[in-house]
Amino acid sequence: MSALKKILRTGFEHVEDWFDVVFGAKWNPLYQLGALGWFYYWIVVISGIYLYIFFDTGVTQAYKSLEYLTHEQWYAGGIMRSLHRYASDALVVMMMVHLLREFAMDRFRSVRWFAWVTGVPMLWMVFAAGISGYWMVWDQLAQYIAITTAELFDSLPFFGEAIARNFLTDAKLSGRFFTLMVFMHIALPLFLLFIMWIHIQRHASPKVNPPKGLAVGTFCMLLILSFIKPALSQPPADLSIVPTTVNLDWFYMPLYPLLDNVSGITVWIVLVGATALLMMMPWMPPGKRVPVAVVNLDNCNGCSRCAADCPFGAISMEPRSDGSAYEQEAVVNTSHCTSCGICVASCPTATPFRTKTELSPGIELPENKIKELREKTIAASNKLIGGDRVIVYGCDNSLNPAEMSDTKVGVVTMPCIGMLPPSFIDFVLSRKLADGVFLTGCREGDCSFRLGIKWTDARIAGEREPHIRKRVNQERIGKYWAGLTRSKEFFKELTAFRMRLNKLSPMQTESRNDTKENSEKVDA
Amino acid sequence: MPKLRILLGQIVAFILFALLIGYFSNSPSYTYHDPEMALIMVSFSHASEHKEKCRRFTQEEIAALAPNMRRTMDCPRERVPVYVEIMMDGNSLLSKSYNPTGLAKDGSTSIYESIPVKPGQHQLIARLRDSKREGGFDYESSISISLEPKELFIIDFRKDLDGFLFSER
Ligand code: HEM
Ligand code: SF4
Ligand code: SF4
Repeated sequence: MSALKKILRTGFEHVEDWFDVVFGAKWNPLYQLGALGWFYYWIVVISGIYLYIFFDTGVTQAYKSLEYLTHEQWYAGGIMRSLHRYASDALVVMMMVHLLREFAMDRFRSVRWFAWVTGVPMLWMVFAAGISGYWMVWDQLAQYIAITTAELFDSLPFFGEAIARNFLTDAKLSGRFFTLMVFMHIALPLFLLFIMWIHIQRHASPKVNPPKGLAVGTFCMLLILSFIKPALSQPPADLSIVPTTVNLDWFYMPLYPLLDNVSGITVWIVLVGATALLMMMPWMPPGKRVPVAVVNLDNCNGCSRCAADCPFGAISMEPRSDGSAYEQEAVVNTSHCTSCGICVASCPTATPFRTKTELSPGIELPENKIKELREKTIAASNKLIGGDRVIVYGCDNSLNPAEMSDTKVGVVTMPCIGMLPPSFIDFVLSRKLADGVFLTGCREGDCSFRLGIKWTDARIAGEREPHIRKRVNQERIGKYWAGLTRSKEFFKELTAFRMRLNKLSPMQTESRNDTKENSEKVDA
Repeated sequence: MPKLRILLGQIVAFILFALLIGYFSNSPSYTYHDPEMALIMVSFSHASEHKEKCRRFTQEEIAALAPNMRRTMDCPRERVPVYVEIMMDGNSLLSKSYNPTGLAKDGSTSIYESIPVKPGQHQLIARLRDSKREGGFDYESSISISLEPKELFIIDFRKDLDGFLFSER
């Protein structure tokens, strides 16, 4: 399983490289799949409302009303119909790629089960909504779907009388089913919206809107496609003849040909089995539970920065429980915390400069303490010699920079680069532990822990608390967001960074900025 | 001009995506039923005879029943399978036995079969057995039909209408 994941992830990252070139990291559609899904959904809903205004919900008139929309009103109704169809198709593509990608990137296991498990019923709803939509056209494709779907349900032992019979002779009964489908086609998308909303409940500021440029491009694409290849009906349904050759929408009906060739029960077993397997996947294997973030009230002043930065909304600010004068305290929801450590870097008390008192910030990961991060930094520095010494801070989810540690490069990793308090960069440079600090991690626009890179960039740029101190020479900070596969580019960037360091005047000249705390002894 | 290259790249990416959804939204076509053939469908549901006849309980048996369950007749609910045979021009199209629905096999029997046949003039004989008899049939009908390609010909069965019904054209 993990080998498969690794292959998939590598594959994704190579494709993403291309998209990065063409769209840039900010617009890369592969980093925006969920948001694109929402965008397609809204197109489907809005075009659907328009179609419904003109749609005749009776089985005998439905086909005609759609023919009217498609041909007489091609400039509006026809376009709406095509948009409705193509955005629905795009939604399926998005959803399947999104599923595969979340699997490949391993963002669904253990505490992160929630989005995955709520995603599975969405698969059923999207497909059921699409199929009921094709039913409403009541053309030969709809007739075929009706017969085959009914046969599928008839294969279950619950129904006394064959449902499929209704689509053979009895126009009245197929009318009743038709009304049911119209109802389903409205109810299912509404319910889908509800689950889409549930799906993102464990994400702080979820991406539900694609970047404007990408949205405009996507919409133009759908619009142009609608003009070039308008969505059409097939010949009208006629219960006295058998539907022969049908043009399936392969995004929604890939299983229908299977239904004609294997027994309905087999198809049910496959469907129910696959659903159950998907549902259980977050716990197969369970994935080791890393101890979650812990608040140390002695050092928490209730500033709420950690709560603002947590990408999973796992921190809430509660009334003080320890009788201190501060009003609030941070409380970690242990079942939502992914142990990414991003909150640690938010905390104003997470600074390596304090050595007199025990170095223990307000919030911390028990298995990756700030104190240890400080020790690792110093140990890595001790091995370095020369004038272009670099400390590389990396994350455990991307390429492993530890492999290149040598006398010029010391490597320290953590769960997410978002865990690195900016004061560490100041610490390394002001204590002359290295001549430069280089940061790496997941790809820009697609942090494994969602916001680690975004917050890191903002903190270093001085746009988000905690700011990096002004005295830090930004030229001595380098970064390259490499992901798992871009190691060649990473080396190139690192080498270029070291060349730039060599050209800078030696560190000594900067030491006049040193404050008192910097002159403390560095304990290894 | 890198700006232009990027724009062109995006256009190409969008075109490829549009081609993907534009094509697979209704192609390739799928042949569900050979347009050269007609289709005979046998579709009905029918409650067959009970496996055992009702029988009067003996006095001892009645006494042995729980007071709220006392009755004089014992009527086992299980039904016999329905056996259907369809012959066309002397060849067998279908000969199959169907079990009643329900866990206790006490429901009606549901039959749903589709059989593609060559169009043209045919002599059909439909037979059904819904009783405990060993051989022979309880119902038999025959009809001479002429089928067009793609035509759907339905064989129905209604006990209250005395047996097989053939779809009218
Ligand atoms: C209509 C279909 C779907 C839509 C619109 C949708 C939308 C989204 C959105 C907006 C996010 C948040 C992205 C972010 O802000 O980081 C997300 C995350 C996620 N989705 Fe979906 N999704 C859909 C279907 C699915 C399906 C079918 C699955 C898998 C079975 C799935 C699994 C996940 C997972 C694992 C995450 C990431 C959770 C994490 O980062 O911890 N989604 N989805
Ligand atoms: S470790 Fe990550 S998920 Fe857990 S509370 Fe901190 S920021 Fe949130
Ligand atoms: S960032 Fe630190 S001090 Fe502020 S609320 Fe969180 S734990 Fe407390």
